[in-house]
Amino acid sequence: MIPAPFDYVRAGSAEEAIAALAEHGDEAKLLAGGQSLLPLMKLRLATPAVLVDLGAVGDLAYAREEGDSIAIGALTRHRTLETSPFLREHAPLLAHAAHHVGDPQVRNRGTIGGSIAHGDAASDLPAAVLAMGGTLVVQGPGGRREIAARDFFLGFLETALAPDELLVEIRVPKGGGGWGFEKFTRRAQDWAIVGVAVHRGATTGVGLVNMAATPVRAVAVEEALAAGASAAEAAALAAEGMDPSADIHASPDYRRHLARVLVRRALEAAGVP
Amino acid sequence: MSILGNRVVRIEDPALLTGAGRFVADLAAPDEPLLDGAVWVTFVRSTVARGRILSVDHAGALDAPGVVGVFTAADIAADLPPAVVPLGGGAITRPYLAGEEVRFVGEQVAVVLTEELWQGEDAAEQVWADIEPAPALVGAEAAVTDADLLYPGAGSNTVFALGGDPTPDFFDGCEVVVRQRVENNRMAAAPIEPRVSACAWSADGSHLTFWTATQSAHNVRDKLMAVYGLDADHCRVIAPDVGGGFGAKMAPYPEDVLLPWLARQVGRPVRWVEHRGENMLAMSHGRGQVNTVEIGGRRDGTIEAYRLTVLQDAGAYPGTGAFLPYLTRLMTQGCYDIAKVECLTRSVVTTTTPVDAFRGAGRPEAAAAVERAVDLFAAEIGADPADVRRRNFIPASAFPFTTALGPVYDVGDYAEALDRVLEAAGYAELRAEQAQRRAAGDPVALGIGMAAYVEVTAGPGGGESEFARVELEPDGSATVYTGSSAHGQGHHTTWAMLTSDQTGIPMERIRVVHGDTALVPEGKGTFGSRSVQLGASAVKEANDLLIDAAKDVAASLLEAAPADMVLDATVAGGAFHVVGTPARAVSWADVAAAAETPLAIAHTFTTAEPTFPFGAHVAVVEVDTETGGVRLRSFTACDDAGTILNPLLADGQLLGGIASGVAQALTEEFLYDPDGNPLTANFADYGIISAAELSRIELLRMETPTPRNPLGAKGIGESGTIGSTPAVHNAVVDALAHLGVRHVDIPCTPARVWAAIQAASPS
Repeated sequence: MIPAPFDYVRAGSAEEAIAALAEHGDEAKLLAGGQSLLPLMKLRLATPAVLVDLGAVGDLAYAREEGDSIAIGALTRHRTLETSPFLREHAPLLAHAAHHVGDPQVRNRGTIGGSIAHGDAASDLPAAVLAMGGTLVVQGPGGRREIAARDFFLGFLETALAPDELLVEIRVPKGGGGWGFEKFTRRAQDWAIVGVAVHRGATTGVGLVNMAATPVRAVAVEEALAAGASAAEAAALAAEGMDPSADIHASPDYRRHLARVLVRRALEAAGVP
Repeated sequence: MSILGNRVVRIEDPALLTGAGRFVADLAAPDEPLLDGAVWVTFVRSTVARGRILSVDHAGALDAPGVVGVFTAADIAADLPPAVVPLGGGAITRPYLAGEEVRFVGEQVAVVLTEELWQGEDAAEQVWADIEPAPALVGAEAAVTDADLLYPGAGSNTVFALGGDPTPDFFDGCEVVVRQRVENNRMAAAPIEPRVSACAWSADGSHLTFWTATQSAHNVRDKLMAVYGLDADHCRVIAPDVGGGFGAKMAPYPEDVLLPWLARQVGRPVRWVEHRGENMLAMSHGRGQVNTVEIGGRRDGTIEAYRLTVLQDAGAYPGTGAFLPYLTRLMTQGCYDIAKVECLTRSVVTTTTPVDAFRGAGRPEAAAAVERAVDLFAAEIGADPADVRRRNFIPASAFPFTTALGPVYDVGDYAEALDRVLEAAGYAELRAEQAQRRAAGDPVALGIGMAAYVEVTAGPGGGESEFARVELEPDGSATVYTGSSAHGQGHHTTWAMLTSDQTGIPMERIRVVHGDTALVPEGKGTFGSRSVQLGASAVKEANDLLIDAAKDVAASLLEAAPADMVLDATVAGGAFHVVGTPARAVSWADVAAAAETPLAIAHTFTTAEPTFPFGAHVAVVEVDTETGGVRLRSFTACDDAGTILNPLLADGQLLGGIASGVAQALTEEFLYDPDGNPLTANFADYGIISAAELSRIELLRMETPTPRNPLGAKGIGESGTIGSTPAVHNAVVDALAHLGVRHVDIPCTPARVWAAIQAASPS
């Protein structure tokens, strides 16, 4: 329960963090809230040679309106997402999902950027950002670029971030026409066995937790809804194309079943007829 | 007015809640000079469930930063040969460090000593145990076939059995017979403080001081004395504040016993703090039975015959866990008067973590089996489970009641407990709500589960004892030395309340000392719900003797006959006077000053027979039949532990016990894969329950004093666990009865519940 030895760099700005990443390459890991990374390090499942601490990067914790979007700094903590009146009004799905992350200790440390950059299929916030059709702003040595959330999650704990890039901002559409969130757990503090986030905007987006190797959109459901299917009809397609894993909590078949039930409930909660 | 029976807040808590508690891991120089320069101990553990050790290469570790020493089985062989365990006909030994074979994941194969704690894990990674794997033996049902023997010398994997073969034609004449395999899931003890010990030898190597997180300092002392050839004057064991035990800290572990040897090798004190992952692998587990219940009777609800067949998984090294079925067997028939009762048990070894006592230790398994059986029987004949219980309860007029398998129950009124708890839970209204939901086709089903339990404490065989010594200090204050060993229970508060009540000395002037073998010469410790009925009974009787001795002194001060002296404990501080003349009185301080020798009484209380706490619990659950998810909606308990000295502390025991019992029914199970790899070795995977998964818990109380000790007290530390698991279990099955579900094993996880719904054919 003690991490393997590592070197420690405390970055004072995004630029310093990116410089450290450029210097150390694959050997380095970014430390934000530490709620995923540190347990892995304590179990020695992760053994980064260099830890680049973002704790002193002060200007990446914010939430503000930018045109039709809400821009959220990557170092914004779950607790802020959960309690901010601004976000509860303009991005209620995200605020609600943040409320269900871990426990209060985790929420007081963990950050939205850390959760998304970690790319864990079991995490709640990536599914919410996927459902909302969010955009991720990343910064590297050459400046900033934008990646659609739907193009961000590439494989098991693998994202479109280059080794020398830092996720700096999450953009989601402002408001929307209803939302739903279902997190099915054994215990309140656990990761979801299966989770669902639904966001109704110009189209209806559906993000799934723990139904594939990555956070994943329920594309078949989204397409059926776009073609006029009812909530019940669309939900029946929730496991289409999914390859959920087996673990001590659920078989793949049980996860597929849960996805169909939970997608229906989330769609109904979002007001899909 | 007596302070006893009042909700007195714990005097232990201010220190514990403000971080001023002192646990073994907190002890260090300069406050504890004996630990100056202590070396940290880190164990290297097997990652293979079973195999032959070909070599242990630790050359790399010797060069790692901070390493003071590295030792393997070969190093200790001459001084610490493997210990023969009491089962297996002498053919089974347990090594302090595995040398030839490993038998469970987590077994220690080497030990690394480092200057700093954090260096230990780095160095341990440099030790390479080359182990030739052998097929794992996982699950009691696989082991009992003896197709593969874990200990060929023992001739069988079965190391302990009771009851022989089933009686032929046992159920002949029964109109209805129901049979069911019932799992009793393996649990991790998971105390908040893991295993922690430290030790130091005196400069001349003759005296050992050993600090450890234990439920019984004297038990640890006796083991160390035997292994190291010490007498009690040269072996001091100290248990400072201890963060829970639940049965898993009753005896020293091989790791503990090895520490003094290590300290000798390096010539320095040593200390060991295991981490949570090690604790989950190598601290003993609990439960772990696969049972079969068979119950027969008449369609009018009369139960005529009950057979329980127990298969106990004892883990890799059979210890107390192998004996647990003895306790299960004693409590087979529970609260019921059944004409024919039998219980057949077998305990087998497997390549898993050793099983030992865990909160209830064999009795929860008995209650879980018979309470499930009664519900199965009631369902089969279409009767209300409450009615079936009432029809078969041992009547209140029948006590003392001799059971079929031996125990003589002291006192009880099982029907009263059930009636009270059903009334408080609103049973009739709940059944109406259930019927309404079913009629409406509500996908969220309501389940109402009940369990009546009786268990055995301060036993089971009788002759259980505990030591106390009370001493009057020169200033008139008192010190109570107890052999009982608090690790969260609140002994300081309770023992001080009792002593204050008897003597009149204020609680704040009563000091309670425990858990130090140099200060308390004898003791058994705290386990099996024994502390108040044995430990506090010893204190009570010692106080009585102290008061008698003090009366003699007071009589000479007042120039009166001792027989005419009374102690008025209701006067502030307590006052001795001649009967009828309270105006002329002497105080405890006066007595202390006048006594020729300090007044002190050492006393051992021994009980002739055990006591049998009882009660009834009702759980209400909501089961989402679309997902299999279970939510505990409410919980009501009526428990009778005889005389209650402090209801606040009794409630605490019940609430914690109920939480643990609910957890066994819903969330907690220690799992292995077929290769013997643990699947639940941390708190993310192991479903230790939190407040969010519990409901409001309403506690009712009955107080039927036992005649078997001077306080009238029975045990309460395990009752909550014993009654709650079957109540919740029955509630989940009850919720699904209309769908044709007859049984779901515990823990009733969503996946299991959903699978049961899928498999059931609608009735």
